[in-house]
Amino acid sequence: MSEEIVLTVEDLIVEFPTRKGILRPVDRVNFNIKKGEILGVVGESGAGKSMCGSAIVGLIDRPGRITGGEIRLQNERIDNISHERMRKIRGRRIGMVFQDPLTSLNPLMTVGEQIMETIRVHLKISEAEARQRAIAALEEVGIPAASSRVDAYPHQFSGGMRQRVVIALALAAEPELIIADEPTTALDVSVQAQIMALLKKLCHERGTAVMLITHDMGVIAETTDRVAVLYAGRLAEIGPTKDVLSNPSHPYTIGLMASTPSPTGSTERLSQIPGSMPNLRAIPQGCAFNQRCTKAISACFKHLPILEPVDKTDVACWLYDEAYKDEAAEQSKTQLKEGA
Amino acid sequence: MLAFVIRRVGEALLVLFIVALVSFAMFKFMGDPIQSMVGQEATLVDQEELRERLGLNDPFPVQYVAYLGRVLSGEFGISYRVGLPVEEIILDRLPATLELALLSGLIAISLGIFLGIYTAIRRDGFVAHFIMTTSLIGVSLPTFLIGVFLIWIFAVELNVLPSYGRGETLDVFGVPLSIFTLDGLKSMILPAVTLGLYQMTLIMRLVRSEMLEVLRTDFIRFARARGLSNKAINFRHALKNTLVPVITVTGLQLGSIIAFAIITETVFQWPGVGLLFINAVNVVDIPIMSTYLLLVAVIFVTINLIVDLLYFSIDPRLKVGGGSKGH
Ligand SMILES: Nc1ncnc2c1ncn2[C@@H]1O[C@H](COP(=O)(O)OP(=O)(O)OP(=O)(O)O)[C@@H](O)[C@H]1O
Ligand code: SF4
Ligand SMILES: [Mg+2]
Repeated sequence: MSEEIVLTVEDLIVEFPTRKGILRPVDRVNFNIKKGEILGVVGESGAGKSMCGSAIVGLIDRPGRITGGEIRLQNERIDNISHERMRKIRGRRIGMVFQDPLTSLNPLMTVGEQIMETIRVHLKISEAEARQRAIAALEEVGIPAASSRVDAYPHQFSGGMRQRVVIALALAAEPELIIADEPTTALDVSVQAQIMALLKKLCHERGTAVMLITHDMGVIAETTDRVAVLYAGRLAEIGPTKDVLSNPSHPYTIGLMASTPSPTGSTERLSQIPGSMPNLRAIPQGCAFNQRCTKAISACFKHLPILEPVDKTDVACWLYDEAYKDEAAEQSKTQLKEGA
Repeated sequence: MLAFVIRRVGEALLVLFIVALVSFAMFKFMGDPIQSMVGQEATLVDQEELRERLGLNDPFPVQYVAYLGRVLSGEFGISYRVGLPVEEIILDRLPATLELALLSGLIAISLGIFLGIYTAIRRDGFVAHFIMTTSLIGVSLPTFLIGVFLIWIFAVELNVLPSYGRGETLDVFGVPLSIFTLDGLKSMILPAVTLGLYQMTLIMRLVRSEMLEVLRTDFIRFARARGLSNKAINFRHALKNTLVPVITVTGLQLGSIIAFAIITETVFQWPGVGLLFINAVNVVDIPIMSTYLLLVAVIFVTINLIVDLLYFSIDPRLKVGGGSKGH
């Protein structure tokens, strides 16, 4: 795998001005994705996963906008370019797959028309050639009898087949990056694995970088190379998937892993993280997780932790800061005593 | 699809059958035709004889079937007041109403769809806000007020457009029409605008809200993510998806344009069937009234049928064999 970086997100901030003040669904998020790499993005509902994806393709709903940081595609900034230039990047260089294949396609157009239309906005080719390509694209995602199914309407496909069509659409112009926002959540469990395997296979073959947003830890474990954990719009931890899963460092990630059922199907009670993610209007000062964190120390309530390498992952947590090492150790001792 | 069409045609016929019953009942129970047909000097015996001859003593269903038979063969009775066959009188007046309704329907649909799209796409713009606010006037003011208001401005104050009558007409296949002469067209403008204003506003507001709804859907979002241009998104994807509800309402509105023409024709003294109906009501000319009722029903039912058939050409999900293979 080459080390060429396809996407760089640096200190990204997304803000929504509202009557009651400014909301920040994405707050100084940093990550990159290399060619052929699959980055998983996890986090509770409302953590800002989709918002990150929308920011990258320039599709944040009004009145939200990017107010800080940079997004670079192959070292070119794409967060501050014109709408028209961004439009030419969407679909051509960044493809998207959304959650619900039932609603992602226009019900009044055949799937072929929709694929051809996408190819033809981006590539100067004839109608006949676009049709051949559309058929090839459908074949590639495993639609049987593609040359006749190309003229079928979306409602004539099952959910899983429709998501294949959506993937064909996202890949139609051979983008360098795919952003897949919970691509299997709306599907039958039986077809979820097939769709994930398909996405993974196609992206590996083409060296496409993938940002895979999901709630499913099983998908993360099987599919991704690295994983980013978001909490209240901030990055809590990011690192190679196996390290984050087997040896998480951030207290939130630790809690998240513990509350995920293990594949062995153990019946022991899952340790849910008590409490819930703070509302965007009520994010506490310091670490956003401090209300729920059992290890919180004084610094957590004052200063925002920044991402630092800990073991093999990058973690935003004061526990691992040299300056607070002693307090952290003290804290865990008292907790042990209390527990005993 | 054939089964659907047959069912719809059946329903349409049922509706017409019922309307015919109502319009027949008007004959039967509103006023005594004998009274209006015979002179002062007729004796009770004469009246009874006439009643018998006209079949007015037969049982109700028998009379109704006879009535249906006459209607189907194009006989609608004799106008009490004018003394001419009703079908002749109505056919004479119908072109005026139809051309007026057609023009105002055209104005309502084209302007309504255009402004609806505009106010949806530019929903935060000043012009769009202005249009939306003024359109409230269109829906809330009664038709006759708008008519009177337009007459006052354009006919009285500015004196640029005529305020009543059809103006000059041109015979097309023996049918006099105003729309093909300049003078006639000028005469049509005020009544057509008055008649179509309400429908235009309604269509505009509907197109706007449907557009806004569709623009929020996932497939529009996905279309944007595929890099399609705004033009393709707004017109190829969004507009077409608003058409089914828009056609439904538009079809019904066209029907009601014909019905509403009563008021507009009265205000502008437009010699169509609406004005004819109002005059007939004044003198309780039952044959005219009941035939008018039938006519409006036929028009409504026909438009409805066309609307239903239009769905098929727009939405592939309704076609036979298009049943979902998954869920
Ligand atoms: N149009 C908007 N105006 C204001 N806030 C918004 C808007 N859209 C989203 N948000 C907020 O942004 C935050 C992040 O939302 P986002 O959709 O990215 O969450 P997510 O991590 O994708 O969650 P999920 O797992 O439910 O998809 C949420 O708190 C949400 O309330
Ligand atoms: S910074 Fe503090 S509150 Fe936040 S996760 Fe680390 S220990 Fe917990
Ligand atoms: Mg989301």
